[in-house]
Amino acid sequence: MSYFLQQLINGLQLGFVYALIALGYTMVYGIVRLINFAHGDVFMVGAYVGFYALASWKLPWPLAIVVAMVGCAAVGMFIERVAYRPLRSAPRISALITAMGVSLFLEYFTSLRFMFGPDYRAFPRPFAVTSFNIGGVSVSNIQIIVFAVSTLLMVALTLFVNKTKTGLAMRAVSYDHDTARLMGINVDWIISVTFGVGSALAGAGGVLYGIAYPQINPFMGVMPGLKAFVAAVLGGIGVIPGAMLGSLIMGVVETFTSAYISSTLRDAVAFGILILVLLVRPAGILGKPTREKV
Amino acid sequence: MSAKRGNAGVIALLAALGVFVVIEALILIGALNPYWQQIICLAGIMTISGLGLNLIYGYTGQFSLGHAAFYGIGAYTAALLTRSIGGHNPVILLLGLVAGGALAGLIALLIGLPILRLKSDYLGIATLGFGIIVKVLFDNSDKVIPMMGGSRGMSSIPKLTTFLWVFPLAVIAVVVMRNIVFSGIGRALISVREDELAAEAVGIDSTRYKTLGFVIGCVFAGVAGGLYAHLYVFLHPSNFDFLKSIDVLLIVVLGGLGSISGTVVAAVAWTFLLEGLRILLPPAVQDWRWVIYPLLLIIFMLVRPGGIFAGTEFGFLRPRK
Repeated sequence: MSYFLQQLINGLQLGFVYALIALGYTMVYGIVRLINFAHGDVFMVGAYVGFYALASWKLPWPLAIVVAMVGCAAVGMFIERVAYRPLRSAPRISALITAMGVSLFLEYFTSLRFMFGPDYRAFPRPFAVTSFNIGGVSVSNIQIIVFAVSTLLMVALTLFVNKTKTGLAMRAVSYDHDTARLMGINVDWIISVTFGVGSALAGAGGVLYGIAYPQINPFMGVMPGLKAFVAAVLGGIGVIPGAMLGSLIMGVVETFTSAYISSTLRDAVAFGILILVLLVRPAGILGKPTREKV
Repeated sequence: MSAKRGNAGVIALLAALGVFVVIEALILIGALNPYWQQIICLAGIMTISGLGLNLIYGYTGQFSLGHAAFYGIGAYTAALLTRSIGGHNPVILLLGLVAGGALAGLIALLIGLPILRLKSDYLGIATLGFGIIVKVLFDNSDKVIPMMGGSRGMSSIPKLTTFLWVFPLAVIAVVVMRNIVFSGIGRALISVREDELAAEAVGIDSTRYKTLGFVIGCVFAGVAGGLYAHLYVFLHPSNFDFLKSIDVLLIVVLGGLGSISGTVVAAVAWTFLLEGLRILLPPAVQDWRWVIYPLLLIIFMLVRPGGIFAGTEFGFLRPRK
């Protein structure tokens, strides 16, 4: 039983990191209907900014997260402006291919020697790791930080989207660009903000990932990015609570598969569940099914 | 007019024969070293695989991000067959290709029936998931069939794929594809892409045609995979991961969705571009190859979002009026 709870905690830790990535995917998809494949690489950039902030600039870890968030927001907004905005009226597949191009570019450009370099790097631990024993289950301070920081960010995001004027505008744009524009909303700016916010969350996710699984390299974003995206779809893409739920499920399923079945089958089980869920609920767990109008 | 179009087809086939003879002659006199022969063959293989995806996505409108899975199924099946039989008899290759294509098509049928009910991006994600599952199965394959080698890769596959095989098969693929697309089936597939509801309303069984398009497309991928296995003589699960599916998607989109000419041109151009960059770039900046390539991709998409051919064809591929 305590082994089960232990794995559950580990799974939730992974799930919370996925959630921070998945939120960006889901927000961007909700607003421009684009699978932003470069998002996982923005997460990687966040991890590296955190790395430099901790290792070279000797910042305290909360500040490192903030720096990574700001850095990633800038990167995300820049990518949107340069690569996606010109394609807004083009077929959706063109933007998808461009996203793939941006993803490859970020991976290989940052692999160059004068950037981050191609090698694995050890992520600095900003504090000593201690574990607390709660009823036979050990919870480390890293896990507490991951839970606390991601919960804080998700609450902040929920408040931002639901209570502020910009959040209202974001929701309006995701319903209908043209109508939103008629209501006096600066659609381009709102889309830009959405990319910024989503990328900032991924940046925070990158630093937390680095702290929790202390090894980073320029391709570290590929699989987590793909899985976070799948988690967003599992929960219902475009729905913010759906992304959180889907990510937690994804993290827990993956950890349980590794613990009880086989770590090599981890991805197969996770994606198998995705396909099954999609067949039963094509719009995801919390997604609203769209009815086709005749 | 009609006679002229008919002639165009014949002339095109004669031209293809001419190209075939010239390249084969260059190979025989040793003007093209094995490295270049391999690149040329790869271009042909990508053409066949790309044509398959073009039928699925370009003509039928079913977004698939798992094409490499079927490519891999074909590759492993063909390789298993030829290795089991043994020998260097080229006829075995044909047997392997048939088996690879058939198994890829069968699995496409089994997986397609449930998941083709999903629409656009959701279908893309489900096929992506399928692709990753297949890759994981390849990774663990040695536990069931030791010969497949699992994550260590499968080696000592006989090198049977040559230009003599690839080129004619690619030409046949183009001809078959053209005949499908401009037949009644092709019209039905296109109508499903344009508007599934309207197609249903005029009596087209959309599930049936979607599945048909998907299965045929995957058979193409399977055959291409079989050729690939006997060209590189070594298979590794990472040859069939998500990025490989994206490569084929790139070719189809760069060429222009729903254009056979586009897929052929893009497959050849893409293969040679990647190799060309390797040759053009001085050794010191080889790292930049994978930086320049995505940049070219982005720029191309920004300049020409509809692809090279954007729904048009070479004259000789169009049907007679």
